[in-house]
Formats: sequence, structure tokens, C-alpha cells
Amino acid sequence: MTAFFQSWLGFGWGWFVANLILILLIALPLMLAVAMIIYADRKIWAAMALRRGPNVVGPFGLLQSFADGLKVFLKETIVPSSANRALFLIAPVITFTVALIAWAVIPFGPGMVLADINVGLLYLLAVSSLGVYGIIIAGWASNSKYPFYSALRAAAQMVSYEVSIGFVLIPVVLWAGTFSLSGIVGAQQGHIFGLVNGFGFNPLLFPLAVIFLISAMAETARAPFDLTEAESELVAGYQTEYSSMSFALFWLGEYGNVLLMCGMNAVLFWGGWLPPLDIPILYDFLFNASITGMFWFFAKILFFFFVFSWVKATVPRFRYDQLMRLGWKIFLPISLIWVFLVSGYLMLQKQGMLPW
Amino acid sequence: MIQVFTFYLFATLVIVSGVMTIASRNPVHSVLWLILAFFNAAGLFVLIGAEFLAFLLVIVYVGAVAVLFLFVVMMLDIDFSELRAGISQYWFPSVMLALALLAELGAALLAHNAGGIDIAGRTAPTPAETSNIAALGQLLYSRYLFIFEAAGLVLLVAMIGAIVLTHRARKDTRPQKISDQVRRRPQDAVVNTQPPVGQGVEL
Amino acid sequence: MVAHWIKTFTLWEFVKAHWLTLKYFFKPKATINYPYEKNPISPRFRGEHALRRYPNGEERCIACKLCEAICPALAITIEAEPRADGSRRTTRYDIDMTKCIYCGLCQEACPVDAIVEGPNMDFATETREELIYDKAKLLENGDRWERALAANLAADAPYR
Repeated sequence: MTAFFQSWLGFGWGWFVANLILILLIALPLMLAVAMIIYADRKIWAAMALRRGPNVVGPFGLLQSFADGLKVFLKETIVPSSANRALFLIAPVITFTVALIAWAVIPFGPGMVLADINVGLLYLLAVSSLGVYGIIIAGWASNSKYPFYSALRAAAQMVSYEVSIGFVLIPVVLWAGTFSLSGIVGAQQGHIFGLVNGFGFNPLLFPLAVIFLISAMAETARAPFDLTEAESELVAGYQTEYSSMSFALFWLGEYGNVLLMCGMNAVLFWGGWLPPLDIPILYDFLFNASITGMFWFFAKILFFFFVFSWVKATVPRFRYDQLMRLGWKIFLPISLIWVFLVSGYLMLQKQGMLPW
Repeated sequence: MIQVFTFYLFATLVIVSGVMTIASRNPVHSVLWLILAFFNAAGLFVLIGAEFLAFLLVIVYVGAVAVLFLFVVMMLDIDFSELRAGISQYWFPSVMLALALLAELGAALLAHNAGGIDIAGRTAPTPAETSNIAALGQLLYSRYLFIFEAAGLVLLVAMIGAIVLTHRARKDTRPQKISDQVRRRPQDAVVNTQPPVGQGVEL
Repeated sequence: MVAHWIKTFTLWEFVKAHWLTLKYFFKPKATINYPYEKNPISPRFRGEHALRRYPNGEERCIACKLCEAICPALAITIEAEPRADGSRRTTRYDIDMTKCIYCGLCQEACPVDAIVEGPNMDFATETREELIYDKAKLLENGDRWERALAANLAADAPYR
């Protein structure tokens, strides 16, 4: 596609236009996906609480998110008079943008990635560490107590869990031998006995997959770890003073991040766009290899989103000190030990010192 | 064209946000400008092909250090303008310092243009096909191994030192023992008794 | 002890909890599909007010003002004049539904079963003004809900 536009518009402009179109091709369906995933979240949560969930707007309530979006869009944007106006307005934009830019390096199918950079995983880590700024700035700029408490909680929580996520990712990188996400997916092909795709099926890496899943929930401030917006303590956390579109941007960004974390789970541990079993027919039973790859990837994302909602419906909210204890005293040591174990195993394997 | 444009964009933003870091009255704004400066510096790193360093800068400085910075600055109620009130009496040493730095910068630029030294080529000869993570790793774990390990040890000592200095085990508190609580079973906690009439339960 | 460790590291309690919620996920829903389905309500249910008429179309209300007198929230305002044929009727019968506490004392006080509280509970409005009911609105409610109101009164009559 880039080549087509470059032959047509010249090198620089062709690159620019082609990338712009690709970005829109990712971002717009992503927005749609976020709208539907909010609906799915509410439906799953409702079903587990024996409720019905949204079922009025459109067939089965499918258009509920769009109705909510329209409602929010038509509301008045209120900036509190004591708020720091510029920062107050820029905070939701940061959250939303950061949630979108991370998708640049996610491989949707074989060769289907916007920017296949060789430090893709570091890019993802960097971007997800930026996500906290939207929340901190929102909390501080609101100039109000509850948002500020929420911002402090968010800052401490995200920094703590970033550490364990970082250490969980190191064994994956060691095993795959690359930081590129496409490379990591490729390395998972036929990982177990040449038949099963995915690091997560490896007994040595499975505990890390679980830790990563839990840390991902903490990193996106999802259900058991949603202390930043604990409504029984902090009204609505950092969103308390927000209304209208600025609130909607937080909402979209948050769910965009959740989808991203589901995608990272799929890519890093469960084979990304690879089918679960390494059987040739599973690679292109839908039209061609790209669409089949996207099918598997989206199926995995949806499965992990279901798990996220499932956990939200099941587990009560953590207390803040328990959250910190889990991050620093349990996940950090375990993931450190696992870095040691996996690198040791790989070194022995490389030296041919394993009995098998 | 695009490269030149992005370079000047990032460079201008670094300088502007650097100036704003010093100039803004609100300390939180200062830290936010500082973060913007870090971020744009990372952009410059990417532009010269050092993407590993760029992302490390973002992850470590923007993602962790600056968050803690912001944390502290938001919590402390410092009035920076009050701190800066008497700054004009130090004008002479500060101007001298600035001049000295400027002279050094000029000397370095002149020496660089004089050419023939090729510093970058001598210390880090990177073949085009090696990614810069691999190149850095090879250097750090071969030529600079001991320095690297020593730096790690220094950091470890600093960390332990900080913990030793600040941590104190208080004897007069009764902290929660979570493992004990988790290990408690219903049969340890609850006893079924059937006391006779008029006698009550013995504990 | 060993069992405890195994339970801790396999997150056994979480697995059990998630299995439970998964079972609930597939269970039939406990809630009804509200605006389309409704729970049965008691004939004594005290909902939206209505002014009833006799079967020949004559208003029941004789402007005795007992309801106005008994209303604890002072929500009812009545003005009365003799009509052209000499019978006493209200010229104004307002209920401020924003004040009303739905205690049902007005329908207890009414000697002719004119003011009643019907089974209707969803009469939300967009403005406060729409909640200040006048006589025409109350009579219209009476006409609309007459069958249900009569049935409820008949069902409750043995206990009065």
C-alpha cells in the first residue's frame, strides 16, 4: 500500500498518506470496538449478577453505547472555576491519545502491523507508562480532594505494577530472542512439541501468563484493582469533576487500554494471530491467511475481555495496602525468581546441558 | 524533508519546554514541562536511530522517575517564587558559570568541526544489520562488564542504604499479619458447643 | 499445610469463585424485563392520583375539601362554587405531585371515592411544571384508569 501511494505521490507524501490511511483503518474500527466492548462488559457483568443489562436501544440493546455517546456529546462541558483550565482539558486528551498510539505496534495478522519496529515491546511499555499522566494531571488539575486522592493512588499503583509487568516480559523476550512483537508471535509457532502455539502452554511460562493477566488488570485499573475510581470512597475518582466529552474521552481511553492489554495477553503468551494448534488447515480456513490471522487474534482478544469482565463480576475490590502488598511483596519476587529460572533454563539448553 | 521537519520540531520543543521548566511559577507545571522535555529528547534519540535509548528514557524517566517527582511536588506545598526571591544577588557567579559553559560548548563544536577524531566510530562501531539493543548488550556485557556490574552494585548499595536509613521497626504497633489471617481455618476459629441449661458457655 | 500451599499457589479460591459466577452467567435472569413486563401489585398500591366519575359521566367530587384538610404535605388545593344547576362542584382541584408523599390519606378521607391513587407508577416528566396536576389532568387520569381503579376498589372493599 505504501508502495502504491509512493509511486503515485512521490516518496515522502506517499509514505505520509499511506500511513494516515492505515492509522485511520486501525483507529476508527477500534473506536467501534470500544463502543461494543463497553456494551459487552455491561451485558456480561449483568448476566453474572442475574440481571438483564442494557436491552432497550436497538436489537438486544446493541446500540446502547452509541446512545450513551450521543447523550454525553450533547451535554455541557463544565470546567470548575478553581480548576487549572489548560491541564484540566488536556488530561483526557492524553489518556485517549495514549490508548490509541499503542496499537501502532500490535500485529493483527501475518505482516499486518502498522510499525514493525524492533523494540515494539519497549514501545508498549513506554506508552503504557505514559497512561498514568492523564490520570495524575486530571486529578491535580481538578483542584478537588477526591480526584487528587485518586491521582495519587493511580500513580503509585501503575508504577508498582509496571515493575512486575517489566519483569514478566523479560522471560518472554529471552525465550523469543527479540523485542519485536511480530518476532515474539513468530517464536511461539509450534512452541510445544511443534504442535501447540503459544508460550502460555509452556508450564515454565504459564505462571507468568497468570501474573501478567493480573498485573494487566491492575495496570488498567480494572475491577478488583479499580481503587482510582472506588465509588464508595472517592465518588468517581479522577473523573469526578469531568462532564461531557472530556468524560467520554476518559471512558474511551480506559476501555481502549483494556482492549490493548487483552491484545498484549494474546500476543505475548497465547500466540497472537496464530491458531492454538499448529495445523496447516487452521492458518487459512477463512478466505486467506491474513483474515484467518485476524480472526484468531480477535477471538483471543474477545476471550481475554470476557475474562476481564468475568473477574470484574466475581472479585470484590482490593484494599489499597493489599494492592501494594500484592504488587511489591508477591508479584515482584515471584517474577524476579522466574526471570532467574527461565534464563537459567535457556542457558542450560543453549549449552546442551539438559538431559532431554 | 520529513526528517528535517521532525528534528526541528523536537529540538524546538526540547528547548522551549526546558526554558519553561525554569520559568514557570507553579512547581507542578515545571515538572510537566520537564516531562515534555524528556519526551522530546526521546524523539530526538529515535531520530538518530537510538530507539532503545529513546524508549529507555521514556520508560525510566518519564514513566517512573518523573511520576515520583510529580508525586512529591504535588504533595509538598512549595512556593517556588518565594525560594527564588533573592536570586538576583547571585547574578555575578551565575553569569560567569553560564559563560564558562557556553565557552565549553563552543570549544567542543569547534573541535568537532576540526574533524579527524571520529569519536563515535571508535567506541561503538555498529554494523548496519545489528539492532542497537544487541550492540549495546554486546558492549555492556563484554568490554564494560565490570563497570556495568559495579554500577549495579552501587545502585544496590544505595537502595539498601536508603531502606536501612528510613526503615524502623516499631515495637509498639501491632501490624496486620496477612499470612496468619489467610492461614486461619474455620475449624480453628469456630467451636460448636451445647452447654447445659443454666451453665453458659466456657471459653 | 501442604494443601494450604497448593491452594494458595493455584489460586484455588479464585478458581472456585469464577466457576460459580460462570454457572450464574448461564442461569435464567432474576429480573423482569421492566417496561414490557410488570410485577403484580396490590390493589391497595398508592400510585398516581386520579379523579373518578360516576358511570353517567358526572364528577364524583363534591368539593367537601376533606382531602385538602387531611393532606399532611399540603399538596392539594381546592376552590369550589355552586354550579349552574345548583350542585356544589370544584372549580379548581390541584395536586402538587412534587409535594405529595403518597400516604393515601386523601383517598381514605374521600366520602364519595372521587380522589383515588391508582396503580400507575411511571409518570416521570421532563419538567417540574408538568408534575403540578390540575383538575383536567386528574379527571383525564380517572377516565383512562377507570377500569383498573374500579376493580381495585372492588377487590379491597371487603376489608374496609
